[in-house]
Amino acid sequence: MRLSAFSSLQPGALTAQYYDLDEHDHPEGASTLFGFWLYLMSDCLIFAMLFAAYGVLGGNYAAGPGPKDLFELPLVALNTAMLLFSSITYGFAMIAMQRGRTAGVQGWLVVTALFGAAFLAIELHEFSNLIADGATPQRSAFLSAFFTLVGTHGLHVTFGLIWLGTLLVQLAKHGLTDAMRRRLFCLSMFWHFLDVVWVGVFTFVYLMGTLR
Amino acid sequence: MTNDMTWSPLLGRLSLDAIPLHEPILVATFAVVALGGLALLGALTYYRLWRYLWTDWFTSVDHKKIGVMYMVLGLVMFLRGFADALLMRVQQAVAFNGNDGFLPAHHYDQVFTAHGVIMIFFVAMPFVTGLMNFVVPLQIGARDVSFPFLNNFSFWMTASGAVLVMASLFVGEFAQTGWLAYPPLSGLAYSPGVGVDYYIWALQIAGVGTTLSGINLIATIVKLRAPGMTLMRMPVFVWTALCTNVLIVASFPVLTAVLAMLSLDRYVGTDFFSNDFGGSPMMYVNLIWIWGHPEVYILVLPIFGVFSEVTATFSGKRLFGYTSMVYATVAITILSYIVWLHHFFTMGSGASVNSFFGITTMVISIPTGAKMFNWLFTMYRGRIRYELPMMWTVAFMLTFVIGGMTGVMLAVPPADFVLHNSLFLIAHFHNVIIGGVVFGTFAAINYWWPKAFGFKLDAFWGKVSFWCWVPGFWLAFAPLYVMGLMGVTRRMRVFDDASLQPWFIVAALGAGLIACGIGAMLVQFAVSISRRDTLRDETGDPWGGRTLEWATSSPPPDYNFAFTPVIHSIDAWDDMKRVGVAAPREGFRAIAMPKNTGAGVILSGIATVFGFAMVWHIWWLAGAGFAALLLTAIAHTFNTDRSTHIPADVVARTEAACARQRALAEGA
Repeated sequence: MRLSAFSSLQPGALTAQYYDLDEHDHPEGASTLFGFWLYLMSDCLIFAMLFAAYGVLGGNYAAGPGPKDLFELPLVALNTAMLLFSSITYGFAMIAMQRGRTAGVQGWLVVTALFGAAFLAIELHEFSNLIADGATPQRSAFLSAFFTLVGTHGLHVTFGLIWLGTLLVQLAKHGLTDAMRRRLFCLSMFWHFLDVVWVGVFTFVYLMGTLR
Repeated sequence: MTNDMTWSPLLGRLSLDAIPLHEPILVATFAVVALGGLALLGALTYYRLWRYLWTDWFTSVDHKKIGVMYMVLGLVMFLRGFADALLMRVQQAVAFNGNDGFLPAHHYDQVFTAHGVIMIFFVAMPFVTGLMNFVVPLQIGARDVSFPFLNNFSFWMTASGAVLVMASLFVGEFAQTGWLAYPPLSGLAYSPGVGVDYYIWALQIAGVGTTLSGINLIATIVKLRAPGMTLMRMPVFVWTALCTNVLIVASFPVLTAVLAMLSLDRYVGTDFFSNDFGGSPMMYVNLIWIWGHPEVYILVLPIFGVFSEVTATFSGKRLFGYTSMVYATVAITILSYIVWLHHFFTMGSGASVNSFFGITTMVISIPTGAKMFNWLFTMYRGRIRYELPMMWTVAFMLTFVIGGMTGVMLAVPPADFVLHNSLFLIAHFHNVIIGGVVFGTFAAINYWWPKAFGFKLDAFWGKVSFWCWVPGFWLAFAPLYVMGLMGVTRRMRVFDDASLQPWFIVAALGAGLIACGIGAMLVQFAVSISRRDTLRDETGDPWGGRTLEWATSSPPPDYNFAFTPVIHSIDAWDDMKRVGVAAPREGFRAIAMPKNTGAGVILSGIATVFGFAMVWHIWWLAGAGFAALLLTAIAHTFNTDRSTHIPADVVARTEAACARQRALAEGA
């Protein structure tokens, strides 16, 4: 049927029908954001596994301390606030990017980094308190799962900070080019993703832990 | 050497004792490998091939070359994995009546562990990834994958994992735990040596490559299809590749996480999988199979795609039931996530849980059966040409159906309580993996070789290989089915019951026949390369293909297609041939292509050093390696000069040469 539909056409017309003769280069990085989404989902699965492990082992105190004995909710609330603020300030950086204001982007990124660093400092403070009290990752399966889940999140934030620093240097070097916008957008997704994971940690580990 | 290892700040646990000089088999192997390696290096230097290899292959971001490199890696590791298989077959054939065989227990346990790990991670995975890399962009009319550098990096990370596994043969030892390293056996208490650490870091490093390559190919298929190629016009191989890569991205992180927890248990002393302090070894078994079961479909789905392409091409017909084939593939993708527990019915999850997983497992045979009928109906009333790819396809259908049926038997929990960990299970999964993945890879190699290199493979030696492999497979594994039903368990080094020996001798003969098949295949490659001028494919379409990869020349130019094809039907190239479309002869434009880069090789080299340092507890080197990885990766992001243009006149010249060649071939 198709044969008869096209056979009356000139051979050149047929070629035009079957080949894109007026092709332009694909814009560079057209798949980057989609690819980064896929990466985030794979990372999300790693967290899902760690949550699952915590779900299975979270009650196995091995006659050691439990969440009620260990968690200081005010400190964790402060910590959560730091990370949530950092997400908001990253949002402001993205708004500045949309408006093309490089200095604004840089400023808000620095603020974001400060909040992120504060989050990490409080987390390390919490960890060192726990370890000083003898609640080490080796003490019980509950603590193994706790330190691994929260620590993996903290490691992600650390890498986010290194990445953020790198982007600040590149921003100074290249300005807001298309490639830089793409990179800033990827880090933005990464940063908000860590925020979402932290909401899970806060709820599932800390709040529900103290209710246990 | 395992229990009394001392640690020094400079070399960690590494010392001269780590070199297994007391094991004559290993020393001999090392001598052969070292001499062979030196000969190879010498030849490369003598023929001045280093620069060519570096610029044209190692640093290449061309998906076709990366695909070929994956296949080469798979083939090399296949020889290693098969050598392990031969050792086991011979050991089991002689270790009767008080004879201890020639492999001590310490060595034998490493051999069966390495065999499994290598065959799955460093043979089957590179084979299917290589095929997808080579074929998918061509079949969707794209010029490369979405992230060409990432593709190169992924390959080298896989190679890095393979290097670590090979290193364990001569420096230290490999795991003696079985290929999935169940704790508590794989914990520090029972495996204090470096074997499990080699296992962990080889898989973690290779796993990074696999996950990234999965992301890359999904993005490629979703974003880079030629205009007009809707999802339901994609070739079936692309569909299976899409589903496989979804499975990769959705399952390899699970492996990463579970191995990370195992390494924390071993390195930090946590209690995830220990028996003390509230740990749960059963959680490991669950988690690793949540990755492990999808993994077998990761391997076999693209191979189903290969058979679909081959059957349609060599029957000269459109594939029967395209839509049902797509839905069957998607159904298998989803179902593969809810069957993992059938690997350990005997753990004691209770009758209800076992019933659920038994039923879901049996349900998978329905979409798989639908595929089988689709292939049969494609052949029905087709003009079948029994070329090598088609021969492997028919051998697959006959072999795989048996493997599928024994799989359904194992899916019945009460039957599994009898057959669990028996040789019946071993026979079953070799039946589906060899009969499916290996036969399919051979079909694919014979099918796409002319596209990759511009000449066909020699048919005579291919047939010799085929007729050694297929009967060899049955000779090797039919006795295992029989003995498994009699209750013989897997992973045994010596046997008391002398009446079993004839069965093992038959199995060893089968392995010998397979060895002849492998030899014949290597001869086939050599003969074909030396006779390449007579086997040359000038047309670009040696088999009368139906999909887009046959629309370009063999081998395809760097840019694949000078003009992107526009798709109007499922079998796009068949459609173009029937309508008689002439490829455009003028109006060529410059084509933007990604530049080659050595960053992938360098990063994976550092990753290898890092992994080695972690295995041997050389902390300063591990720290330095990790810092170097991070800095190199960051430095790479400062390189903005990543693409180049192939000028229009070069494209025009290349296309004119191809057209001339094709016209000559048609005239002759």
